[in-house]
Amino acid sequence: MKLMPCPLNGPRNISEFVCRGEVTTVPDRECSDREWSEYVFMENNIAGEVCEWWIHTPTAYWFIARRDTRSEKILQTYTVADFFSQSARKAKS
Amino acid sequence: MTLPSIKRLGEGFGDFIDLSKPVEFTFDGDRYSGFEGDVISSALAGSDQWLISRSFKYHRPRGLFSLAGHEANSIIQIGDEPIVYADLRKIEPGMTAQPVNCFGSLQRDWLAFLDRMGKFLPVGFYYRSFFRPKGAWRFWEPVIRRMAGLGTINPHAKHRYYDKKYGFFDVIIVGGGQAGMNAAIEAAKQNKSVLIVEESAQLGGALNFQRLDARGVLAKEIRDGLVQEIANLNNIEVMISAVATGLFTDGWVSVTTEKRLHKIRGDTVVIAAGSVEQPAVFRNNDRPGVMLGTAAQRLMRLYGVRPGKRGVVLTANDDGYGVALDCLDAGVEIAAILDLRTHPANGELRAQAQNTELRILEGSAICEATGHHHVKAINVAKVKEDGSWNETGETISCDFVTMSVGYAPNAALISHGGGSFEYDSDRAMHLPSTLPDWCHAAGAVNGLFSPKACTADGIRTGSMAAKGESSKAERAEDPLAHSINHPFPIFRNVKGKDFVDFDEDLQSKDILDGLNDGFRDIQLLKRYSTLGMGPSQGRHSNVNAIRLVAKYEQTNEDSVGTTTFRPPYRSEKIAVLAGRSFDPVRRTAMHHRHLEAGAHMTLAGAWLRPGYYRNGKSAEQSIFDEVRNCRSNVGMIDVSTLGGLDVRGSNAAEFVNRIYTWAYTKQQVGRARYLLMTDEAGVVIDDGVACRFADNHFYLTATTGGVDGVYREMLYWNAQWRLDVDITNVTAAFAGVNIAGPTARKVLEKLCDDIDLSAEGFPYMGVRIGHVAGVPARLLRVGFVGELGFEIHVPASRGEALWDAAMAAGEEFNIKPFGVEAQRVMRLEKGHIIIGQDTDGLTTPHEANMEWAVAKKKPFYVGKRSVDMQAAKPSRRRLLGFKLTDKNAPAPEECHLIIRDGNITGRVTSAVRSPSLDEVVGLAYIEDENTEVGSKFHIRIAGGQLVEAVVAPIPFYDPDNKRQEL
Repeated sequence: MKLMPCPLNGPRNISEFVCRGEVTTVPDRECSDREWSEYVFMENNIAGEVCEWWIHTPTAYWFIARRDTRSEKILQTYTVADFFSQSARKAKS
Repeated sequence: MTLPSIKRLGEGFGDFIDLSKPVEFTFDGDRYSGFEGDVISSALAGSDQWLISRSFKYHRPRGLFSLAGHEANSIIQIGDEPIVYADLRKIEPGMTAQPVNCFGSLQRDWLAFLDRMGKFLPVGFYYRSFFRPKGAWRFWEPVIRRMAGLGTINPHAKHRYYDKKYGFFDVIIVGGGQAGMNAAIEAAKQNKSVLIVEESAQLGGALNFQRLDARGVLAKEIRDGLVQEIANLNNIEVMISAVATGLFTDGWVSVTTEKRLHKIRGDTVVIAAGSVEQPAVFRNNDRPGVMLGTAAQRLMRLYGVRPGKRGVVLTANDDGYGVALDCLDAGVEIAAILDLRTHPANGELRAQAQNTELRILEGSAICEATGHHHVKAINVAKVKEDGSWNETGETISCDFVTMSVGYAPNAALISHGGGSFEYDSDRAMHLPSTLPDWCHAAGAVNGLFSPKACTADGIRTGSMAAKGESSKAERAEDPLAHSINHPFPIFRNVKGKDFVDFDEDLQSKDILDGLNDGFRDIQLLKRYSTLGMGPSQGRHSNVNAIRLVAKYEQTNEDSVGTTTFRPPYRSEKIAVLAGRSFDPVRRTAMHHRHLEAGAHMTLAGAWLRPGYYRNGKSAEQSIFDEVRNCRSNVGMIDVSTLGGLDVRGSNAAEFVNRIYTWAYTKQQVGRARYLLMTDEAGVVIDDGVACRFADNHFYLTATTGGVDGVYREMLYWNAQWRLDVDITNVTAAFAGVNIAGPTARKVLEKLCDDIDLSAEGFPYMGVRIGHVAGVPARLLRVGFVGELGFEIHVPASRGEALWDAAMAAGEEFNIKPFGVEAQRVMRLEKGHIIIGQDTDGLTTPHEANMEWAVAKKKPFYVGKRSVDMQAAKPSRRRLLGFKLTDKNAPAPEECHLIIRDGNITGRVTSAVRSPSLDEVVGLAYIEDENTEVGSKFHIRIAGGQLVEAVVAPIPFYDPDNKRQEL
């Protein structure tokens, strides 16, 4: 069975994890009703690399994994802090 | 009387058996004698019993074919145990084995007439029959059920002890043959921890029985050398009689032994599973006595049994000559060797055979075998260079036939792991074309056959595996691999019974009929004809079928493609998969007290909770008695399972405020406040109570089933908000009771002296910290059941002590425990909702009448945007209280429908005949506008009857809530 490299616990059986879905940005409070509904209900569902929220259920540890939905390979996993500081750096540049 | 056995072969044969230890067993009512180490097939053969089973469709006599346990031929039953492979199961003293799929007896199967009904049983016939005329199926179904199946199960069989085991290795080698052993040794030399998984009783694979050289000694020499090397290395673990049934992502291998399921993780896996010898297709190629060349060799080398008295060897490679030489060594007569090849390649074994008296016919084939329960002769055919053939008219009498026409890689596990195969027309075999990174293929499974090539391939993959290198689907050159497979060993006969798939009784014409019926894609052909769907899973049939299809469709084998192998490689017993009978439950600290009090326990998730306490009356009466006692005197319920979360930190209030719908930042210390949780879609997902014990400490309760999800969501949100707060799931750390009833305060006063328990000192919805019965406790005055009540949370280890103290203190007040069922009745009398029962996956706070718990002025909580959007739309439905207008009408149940003017306009979520009010009350969703108190509707109850109901105000019981606020 697949291994998930947890940033805290190391490689563990995928059965110990739950995926909560794509990493998305909550839209502004002033966004339209349509934008809000799409945020709540729609997924991009792309064939390619996605970043997702995952939790290691025995230790209740949340982290982010970048996964290729075509090959199912886990490309990289990040602590939440690292992921968002990297994204912030990417956004600035 | 024991049937006589034939003397076994001597020195150099019978490697697996111990002639000093005879073993008696029974098959089909007859007693047989074999030796320790014999499998059932070999022991039967040793007594000249070759008939083992009847075929699936035609009930043709079948017997020993591969001696490798692939095919249905060898399936028998032992007592309760079905699907026993006679080729694989060792005989044991007193064992009682039975044949399967025969009616009457194995010798005289009543259904044998089906063999002559071939015309009425074409491929896929069951798609076109059994349903006309109307009602035909009702006749046929029981007939087919009785006829079908390879064995019987005993529905009362006891679950014996099976278990599971985990293993972790650097390198897992599947297959302990020449390539596998070399790979293991190489990886071990590079200091890796290595596991070899070997299916048979000892290492060696084909080295145990094949003939590699003229003298017939080389195979054993190679084998013994490798086994010794492995024994000398202490980082190689060997599992024998262990079948690798599946290969899963990232090197996860499932292995079954007799009573264990092993789940083993390897950093890398080397599949060295060898190859499966393939049959030739000719008329009556399924007769007992017709077997694979390696079967005859196994029979002689491993078990010392002669395959017969006088045999014919059919061959298309050097190995067939080895079979003949083995027979000569064993004193078995060979009438002739028929070589399919018009110009046979040179080979050491062929050269040796040519030096003997053996009669060798080149460019010759078998066009038909004769004999019924056993082969008695074959008819010879002459083969031309272009592959065409015709009967020569010669018949050779024989009592066994061996076939050596080639091999197919034992590819299943590579397929499971995601590898793929392509047909190499030069070698006339499938070869791995892609492999997962972490999975290597070595030896015959990789299309290599000579000892030198297998050894080198083993070392190559062992080294790559040890170094963690990505696998490569490639192989060195091996001249032997080009002359080992016949490209088309198929001799179609218009008279039929030329079997391509023995397990499914498919003749060559069935395959072609399937194509003619339009099922041209190999995937469709498989499912239409059932090709490859039997116990052998296509191991003896896929390749010949693909060759047939390619020829008929005038294309090549590679274009035809293959079907997909899926786990398990071999049938797995459900008992092995189940392992230990293990049903984990969670118990509260008061568990034993509940059992002692006669509780009928129920499951709430994984927790065991008392449903009600038996008192000699019916369940309903017991429950109603508990309700009455609680409302008149005092009751106590174990609430330990309810969720508890400690939220501490300078941002604790802000955090709670963002997670739940109501307002908490100004909540006073010492007060409790209702909690309602929505998800981002605005749907109600949990509820509970927030207790503020300090400015920076909230203790939150949640539902038993919801707390784990709530905890996860809290951590998810705070991973982003990064508020200064610690969240801990303390559900299991606390045990809790709720003491409720008019005299609850009196009971508590006897147990607690450091809290002012008066109505003014401890008002409704207050919370306190103190000691109860000397145990440090958190006290909450909450009103779920609608009576004066105190919920007491203590450290779980003191739960039982608290229970005992409360029961003792309450005795004078008639305290009695009440269970979940009574609690549910009482909360319903108060109109309180239960999340998940009165709410569903779409319920918004407004639909559930919970607008009062939604803060009007908060700028944010999870789900606010959606809740506001939903509230702005016209209401779809409302959860309302109702009563039945006829007090004696039967109570409806959950999900009974609301009917108004003939339309379905809602459903009941909860209903009960209230013992306190002596009438039926409940909650229901109403989807139309008639929601005012007093408006009437009907409920359709079980049996279709309509009962009239009326919208009624909530709470039904104690509408002014005076009792809980005492």
